[in-house]
Amino acid sequence: MSFINKPKVRHPDLPKNELGLTRRDYEGAMSTLCAGCGHDSITASIIEALWGLSLRPEQLVKLSGIGCSSKTTAYFASGSHGFNGVHGRMPSVATGANAANKGLYYIGVSGDGDSLSIGFGQFAHSIRRNVNMLYLCENNGVYGLTKGQFSASADIGTKSKKGEENLQAPVDPCLAALSLGGTFIARSFSGDKEQLVPLIQAGLMHKGFAMIDIISPCVTFNDHVGSTKSYTFTREHYHEAVHADYVPPRQEIKASYGEGETLPVQMHDGSHIVLRKLDKDYDPTHRGKAFEYLRTKLRQGEHVTGLIFVSSSGPDMHDMAGTTDVPLNQVPYEKLHPGSEGLAKILKRYA
Amino acid sequence: MAQPAKAQDRVNDFVIKLANVNGTGSASANTLLMKSIFRMGIPVMGKNYFPSNIQGLPTWYEIRVTRDGYVARSGRVDLMVAMNAETYAKDVREVSAGGYLIYDSTWPRSTVLKREDITILGVPLAKICNENFVGVRNRILMKNIMYAGVLAALLEIDLDVFRQLLAESFGKKQALVDANMKAVQLGYDHAKAHLPCPLPLRVERMDKTAGHIMIDGNTAAGLGAVYAGATVGPWYPITPSTSLMDAFKSFCARLRVDPETGKNNYAVIQAEDELSAIGMVLGANWNGARAFTATSGPGISLMSEFIGLAYYAEVPAVIFDVQRVGPSTGMPTRTQQCDILLCAYASHGDTKHVLLFPSNPEECFYMAIQAFDLAERLQTPVFVMSDLDIGMNDWMCRELQWDDGYRPDRGKVLTKEEIEALPKFHRYLDKDDDGIPYRTLPGVSPKGAYFTRGSGHNQYGGYTEDSTEYQVVLDRLARKFKRARLLVPPPVIEATGTSTIGLVAVGSSRGAVNEARDILAKRGIAIDYMRIKAFPFTKEVESFMAEHEKIFVVEQNRDAQLRSLLTLETDVPKSKLHSILHYDGLPMTSKGIVDAVLAELGDAKRAALA
Repeated sequence: MSFINKPKVRHPDLPKNELGLTRRDYEGAMSTLCAGCGHDSITASIIEALWGLSLRPEQLVKLSGIGCSSKTTAYFASGSHGFNGVHGRMPSVATGANAANKGLYYIGVSGDGDSLSIGFGQFAHSIRRNVNMLYLCENNGVYGLTKGQFSASADIGTKSKKGEENLQAPVDPCLAALSLGGTFIARSFSGDKEQLVPLIQAGLMHKGFAMIDIISPCVTFNDHVGSTKSYTFTREHYHEAVHADYVPPRQEIKASYGEGETLPVQMHDGSHIVLRKLDKDYDPTHRGKAFEYLRTKLRQGEHVTGLIFVSSSGPDMHDMAGTTDVPLNQVPYEKLHPGSEGLAKILKRYA
Repeated sequence: MAQPAKAQDRVNDFVIKLANVNGTGSASANTLLMKSIFRMGIPVMGKNYFPSNIQGLPTWYEIRVTRDGYVARSGRVDLMVAMNAETYAKDVREVSAGGYLIYDSTWPRSTVLKREDITILGVPLAKICNENFVGVRNRILMKNIMYAGVLAALLEIDLDVFRQLLAESFGKKQALVDANMKAVQLGYDHAKAHLPCPLPLRVERMDKTAGHIMIDGNTAAGLGAVYAGATVGPWYPITPSTSLMDAFKSFCARLRVDPETGKNNYAVIQAEDELSAIGMVLGANWNGARAFTATSGPGISLMSEFIGLAYYAEVPAVIFDVQRVGPSTGMPTRTQQCDILLCAYASHGDTKHVLLFPSNPEECFYMAIQAFDLAERLQTPVFVMSDLDIGMNDWMCRELQWDDGYRPDRGKVLTKEEIEALPKFHRYLDKDDDGIPYRTLPGVSPKGAYFTRGSGHNQYGGYTEDSTEYQVVLDRLARKFKRARLLVPPPVIEATGTSTIGLVAVGSSRGAVNEARDILAKRGIAIDYMRIKAFPFTKEVESFMAEHEKIFVVEQNRDAQLRSLLTLETDVPKSKLHSILHYDGLPMTSKGIVDAVLAELGDAKRAALA
């Protein structure tokens, strides 16, 4: 970690977004993670994405579980409420919070241990419910805070720092999310800000559960030769299939994308995701093909990145529950009960 | 040994027990019987003893007709309706001397149905059914309704009341009303022609049920949650709490659909497990909705980690614990008060929680509302400690009342203006010196933003591993819990003013205690009664125990959990507290208490003389 406090003085010429806020306004507390940690790069991408969206900080809610990744919600958007819950249970807190107020944006930050081991159940069921939130899985294949045990995403044959070899099959969050009906599934790399920032923006604006699995190397426990989640290994086995650009509502889709290679997907709020297919054979709107493609590439030892699958038409949790447009925490009390007169009517059945 | 009571004493004062096979529609017949007695103005109690099973296992229903309005089991059985050949032997043994047993005489009478001191009456129910109804399922269902007709003849229950109740429950389905009434009439006519109608134990119209309703605690609690303004109900199905959220949901489906948009002003979310259910409750409350869950002991065990987080991070939550028999899976369809210590100290580390103890469905309704107010006022989890007996049985209680002037107490939540007027917002600062800090909701103002965490934090809301900073918060939480003593409902004390003997109980033991006190008073033993309604214990609890020399602690568990809590949390000397424990899974009887008190006082007297 760094021990130098951030300077409070701001340069007057820092670029401002539509709200007149600078990137500094979306920062949080000083990170306490190891220098060079992939998670800190992701935090920087989140700050960039939020600034770019011109989101008012109080419109955002940050949630996390336990682990290195879960600490990072403190490191961005200090003007947003944060909830650091218990290990693996962030999705349920996010689900409840979202149930109470559908009018805010929810970003959950988790890791491979938090999401794929102790919290696998909650991860799976929040996908099934299509909770309207952005879910980031900062994936380093290792338990950092407890000093280097394999996580459930560790690949077969990968070696721990102590030289131990993993023999168990990994859980791939993207394949899992595809099979569970996930409506926005992406993979990225902490070191690829250009790819990650628009994915975060699109994921936040997606109505439903948006999951981004982000390979985020652990410099202390999983960045050695023999690890399949090291910086070097990730860079070498990185296969971007579809690049997604986020285009806000009202903004024109630029024609710079080659015709035939791009696919604009309209989001519920009028914004667009422009998908640039880097692999001709790929179809990110077809669940079965996406699944097959991912599996094939994995067999070849490649991690497919980019927006793997998107479907913007499905109902989210609130649609399924038929809830009112007014957030439930703002429905006036008078509307919630029928008073003494109503009670007398209800009780007739029991007399 | 119990002596047969005189005939005139038994009008409106006897116990019917019905032995059935579950899944055969007996519940409808039994409810019909009980409700019709209630409609005739006679106080009545009903208890359902059912298996953890869908179809085919034995189930019993006990109806106590009680002109004096006692709501507990007496311990007698005056009339057994034995509809389950599998349990004949047990059922016939259970009838009190001088009582009656009715059985289906279609098949040769089993040799086990023999007892010289009771009257055994046979009715060929299956035979009559087969002659009059078509279809296997129909015949099974109608056989049960038919014994209701037989009992109507034997006990002089008004058939018009039956007809009225059937019409109410079947609504517009006249064919169903007719078929059921036909079965009732067949049973009634057969009994009139072949049995000694009426029996000495019979009913006579009274006017003691006006202003009362028959309702189960889970329904009342679900209705309470509606009136409390709860909007989010995450839960995981578990007996015996399931019908609570079911009730909330069905009331909401009627009362909470916006007439203009057709959309719902509520969200009931069936979670994947109890861990998730309580997580959602926390998320929703933290975000400013009133949210609650309903569960039972095993669910509390699973929720414990989150409950500790809610305590430490100060997130309101309402949890209905409809207690069932433990340990482990235990007997899921039987009743106990076995989660008292579990809930009082749920989760690791130093934690203490507010508990409310409803004693009947009426209090389930009011305490549901109180629980939400306390949870938000104190920013902490609040448990409503119901049990299977209260939750799933229909109890006669006073009609629920509603004060239209009620407004929810949302506690110390800062508005946008209040936040922005502050130089800086600090989440866990004790500004009012009452142990309760101020909170803010997401979405209101960036100035009100703070980081909620279960890890060490200081009074400003920041992360800390500093010993002093940690202790400042922990000590303030202890002060907050002391503060809760002033906010929770005080006990109900019924004292003679002269007795040195006290009795303490919580929850569903109330009915049995009331009757036991009456019985003991007739024998010249006056006992003062304190019904505790909440934990932390208020000062009245301390003084009651200080003012009495010997105190019986009546509770429904093996390990005397209430007694333990009293000794841990008050200054009462252990030696003063004498336990009366009941933990067989069935609701308490007044007889059990009377016998235990007499035995103890007898011993004490002998000891004094020695």
